[in-house]
Amino acid sequence: MPGSPSEPHEPSEPYEPSEPYESAAPYEPSEPYDLAVIGAGPAGLAGAVTACELGLSVAVLDAAPQTGGQYFRHPAPGLGAARPQALHHDWSEFTALRGRFEASGVTHLPHHHVWTVRPPDGDGIWTVHALTGPDAHGGTPARVRARTILLATGAYERQLPFPGWTLPGVIGAGGAQAMLKSGLVLPGRRIVVAGSGPLLLAVASSLAAAGARVPAVVEASGYLGYARRPYALAAGPHKLLEAAVHGSALLRHRTPLRTRSAVTEAHGTDRVEAVTVSRLDRAWRPVPGTGRRIACDALAVGHGLVPQTELATGLGCATRRTPDGTHALALDALQESSVPGLWAAGETGGTGGWDLARTEGELAGIAVAARLRGLPALTRSRRARALARRRDRLRAFADVMAAAHAPGPGWTAWLPDDTDVCRCEEVTAGSIRGAAGALGARDARTVKLLTRAGMGWCQGRMCGAAVACLAAEGGRGGGRGDGAGGGAEGGTAQGTVPPSAERRPLAVPVPLGALADLPEESGRPGPPTDGPTADG
Amino acid sequence: MPLSNSPGVSDARDLIVVGAGVVGAACAYYAARSGLTVTVLDRGPVAGGTTGAGEGNLLVSDKEPGPELELALLSSRLWQELAEELPAGIEYEAKGGLVVASDAAGTAALRKFAAAQAEAGVTAEEVPADRLHDLEPHLAPGLGGGFHYPQDAQVQPALAAAHLLRASGARVRTGEEVTAVLTGAHGEVRGVRTTAGDLHAPHVVNAAGTWGGDVARLAGAHLPVLPRRGFVLVTEPLPRVVRHKVYAADYVADVASGSAALQTSAVVEGTPAGPVLIGASRERVGFDRTLSVEVLRRLAAQATELFPVLAKVRAIRTYAGFRPYLPDHLPAIGPDPRVPGLLHACGHEGAGIGLAPATGALIAAALTGRQPPVPLAPFRPDRFGPDRFGSDRFGSA
Ligand SMILES: Cc1cc2nc3c(=O)[nH]c(=O)nc-3n(C[C@H](O)[C@H](O)[C@H](O)COP(=O)(O)OP(=O)(O)OC[C@H]3O[C@@H](n4cnc5c(N)ncnc54)[C@H](O)[C@@H]3O)c2cc1C
Ligand SMILES: Cc1cc2nc3c(=O)[nH]c(=O)nc-3n(C[C@H](O)[C@H](O)[C@H](O)COP(=O)(O)OP(=O)(O)OC[C@H]3O[C@@H](n4cnc5c(N)ncnc54)[C@H](O)[C@@H]3O)c2cc1C
Repeated sequence: MPGSPSEPHEPSEPYEPSEPYESAAPYEPSEPYDLAVIGAGPAGLAGAVTACELGLSVAVLDAAPQTGGQYFRHPAPGLGAARPQALHHDWSEFTALRGRFEASGVTHLPHHHVWTVRPPDGDGIWTVHALTGPDAHGGTPARVRARTILLATGAYERQLPFPGWTLPGVIGAGGAQAMLKSGLVLPGRRIVVAGSGPLLLAVASSLAAAGARVPAVVEASGYLGYARRPYALAAGPHKLLEAAVHGSALLRHRTPLRTRSAVTEAHGTDRVEAVTVSRLDRAWRPVPGTGRRIACDALAVGHGLVPQTELATGLGCATRRTPDGTHALALDALQESSVPGLWAAGETGGTGGWDLARTEGELAGIAVAARLRGLPALTRSRRARALARRRDRLRAFADVMAAAHAPGPGWTAWLPDDTDVCRCEEVTAGSIRGAAGALGARDARTVKLLTRAGMGWCQGRMCGAAVACLAAEGGRGGGRGDGAGGGAEGGTAQGTVPPSAERRPLAVPVPLGALADLPEESGRPGPPTDGPTADG
Repeated sequence: MPLSNSPGVSDARDLIVVGAGVVGAACAYYAARSGLTVTVLDRGPVAGGTTGAGEGNLLVSDKEPGPELELALLSSRLWQELAEELPAGIEYEAKGGLVVASDAAGTAALRKFAAAQAEAGVTAEEVPADRLHDLEPHLAPGLGGGFHYPQDAQVQPALAAAHLLRASGARVRTGEEVTAVLTGAHGEVRGVRTTAGDLHAPHVVNAAGTWGGDVARLAGAHLPVLPRRGFVLVTEPLPRVVRHKVYAADYVADVASGSAALQTSAVVEGTPAGPVLIGASRERVGFDRTLSVEVLRRLAAQATELFPVLAKVRAIRTYAGFRPYLPDHLPAIGPDPRVPGLLHACGHEGAGIGLAPATGALIAAALTGRQPPVPLAPFRPDRFGPDRFGSDRFGSA
């Protein structure tokens, strides 16, 4: 505020954070493991088991209390659920993997929220920094050291905002399924499932199987993309089978599938009461006059998955652009990233389903063992070659699906200026468009600097995709004048500007007390620090 | 890219500013206000360089009497004016700084420092130990005392740069890299070559920040600008826990140089949006952006020492930037006698946000032949000589 006095007027309100950080006894780092696996989903479990069976010492860290990852969530034992398999048609395959894992000598470190991974400095040992505890909040710091890293942190769901998307009752499609699987609760009685991607069918059929009424599955793309690539289709029979299973389940529950359509508005005051579903043209622009209202008490919505790669990009790992516009880690034929010693498997390298994830995990486990034990022949074994072929087939199929469900450039037409895009910081589409127009922002980072979009609690996981699209549009659209208007002129002008690779140096929030309690590293060789100074 | 510029030649009239950071934006603003027609070029987006990674402290409290303090005091007045002229979006807050000392000896040293500053025009009010909590209720107990600096203020750097540019009315061309400085028969500047073509103007301002040495080299001039990394820690949004810019300082004599310097800790401050910022570290590690856990530990330790309540608060992000520094820790501002038509406005190290308006005013004065508002001599761009490598002969950090 211009000219405001330096003395604040507000009375001093005592500030008490909700939960205390308790300073812990200094944590003694473990003896280095051969391999630290981050993520206990199908990719991480398969990698850990394989490496362990090949003679390595392995630790698996995961934020969750149980193994299984995103897909094989299951109710906590205390809930006394008898049949988690009812929600998983491939439950037996998972329990087999889990059985091997439990029988192996792998150290399972549940409730470990990894906030950063630091590369070896001279001693060849990586350091994984985590906070322990049920929810990282007030967690105590822990360090796990290892000679190699397997990153298997999965993906999170992509959201494309629309008016009303912040209403209670509107939840992520993956979140709806997670709720169901881990707590056996339904988010509503009458649930519209919307967005894009093959997971929508899976979500709809589990919701229906659990007793919800699903008045519509609304899919923005046309599924036609699959048919144009018959080779890759033939390569993914397992997926097709799965789709057929979901499809028939939906038929049984009389759920209509509306393709080339989107939820363009959610209605309600305290909670979602209905949604408007509109037809989309090929560019995903809503066709005027096609809106139809569907009553519901919940909406499960998602537009595919975004690989969760920040632990790796923070280390400088190269990424590749996926056909549906996200960034995945660029990996070599044996799942190693561009940073030697760091492997990745599963959704971190691009979404593709749990079968692909475990295939990649197993291959990575072999590759790590081959490297550490000096047995390169392991990677040329029949088993490794078969895994690599399977991986290639499933990856190719995943890429075809990703291309088919890639968001069209016209979707922002359903986003009016007054809709919040960044819900953490309450930044509207209008202010983002303003920053991209008159202030000259052309990319998500600059929009963030000028509007705070993506600076909040979720660090842009919710709004990143939308912000990148709106920023790129600014470069093509208005705000080009010069002279008095002072508009900035376009950056990379033509085509869609790709979203910038994820940069989140802190993968999870860390209490300052936990940082302050870390052991001093001054004795270590490393960059000289002059210490902080007053410039800020 | 403008239509007139599909690779070819265009005329920028009076002035080309290389760099759309806060310094380039301020140069464009004051030059345009002096009646010049300005084009600003940047290879990246607006505020995509160090400006987008800085913190926005406008400090006089940390500066000892000398040329930098003079620049800071001029800037402090100019920022107050700008706060009236530019949209509230720049988030200018005249919140004041509070410098604390751990014990009585430290307080005595601060008192001496503040007295010298007062002679140079800085307002500093002593705050006895038992009154510190009136200003900062959550400050740790047991501190020796402190000084309140009402002139310390803050802006949001990226917004300040964007609004300065917009208000300047300059043509802004982003995504366009300067690859050569064009010169005429007598070595005088005639414009620049960019990735989109040639652009002509009789004057070019090098406001390329940490990359200012590279742009100078394009014109055949030596300017040893080097990167100095800094990390900032950002917490979750909080109610108003920290009201001023608060940092601890103890006065230490730097025997080597014979000059006295303040040894300071991280600046802790609240922001209008809620998060508390803690920054920043200083390291000479080139352009290495990778996270340093040790730096975060130190920042967090210093912040929680000042404000124990912050121990429970979570950091949600951290970012790094590269301060542009010159061996004697003063910026290069003004015409380059070696290359007629070339002016420099870079090398502001950890104070570029604060010093931007004064820098812009000095550049505008130089371009229009007016008397500079403060003496230019200490900032002469050719003070490091023509040698390309013997840069750090001042031997300082
Ligand atoms: C709604 C939905 C429906 C799906 N339906 C199907 C289906 O029908 N068929 C199919 O094949 N696939 C399906 N999938 C995809 C399937 O979930 C994934 O392919 C599979 O889980 C990928 O395995 P992963 O090991 O790569 O990652 P995940 O299973 O996601 O596991 C990642 C693990 O990493 C942990 N983690 C992440 N970050 C950190 C951190 N910083 N610190 C500590 N731990 C961390 C997480 O807690 C998690 O346990 C579905 C996915 C979703 C979201
Ligand atoms: C962590 C941290 C905290 C800081 N805190 C503060 C603070 O609290 N207060 C303060 O006053 N200062 C602070 N600073 C310092 C301040 O950020 C810098 O001094 C200031 O931003 C420098 O601004 P600039 O415009 O000179 O450079 P920049 O913002 O870096 O702008 C230079 C521009 O030139 C462009 N460029 C370079 N080469 C070319 C080329 N060949 N062609 C076209 N364009 C080119 C770049 O893309 C860049 O955008 C901090 C710095 C850091 C790193």
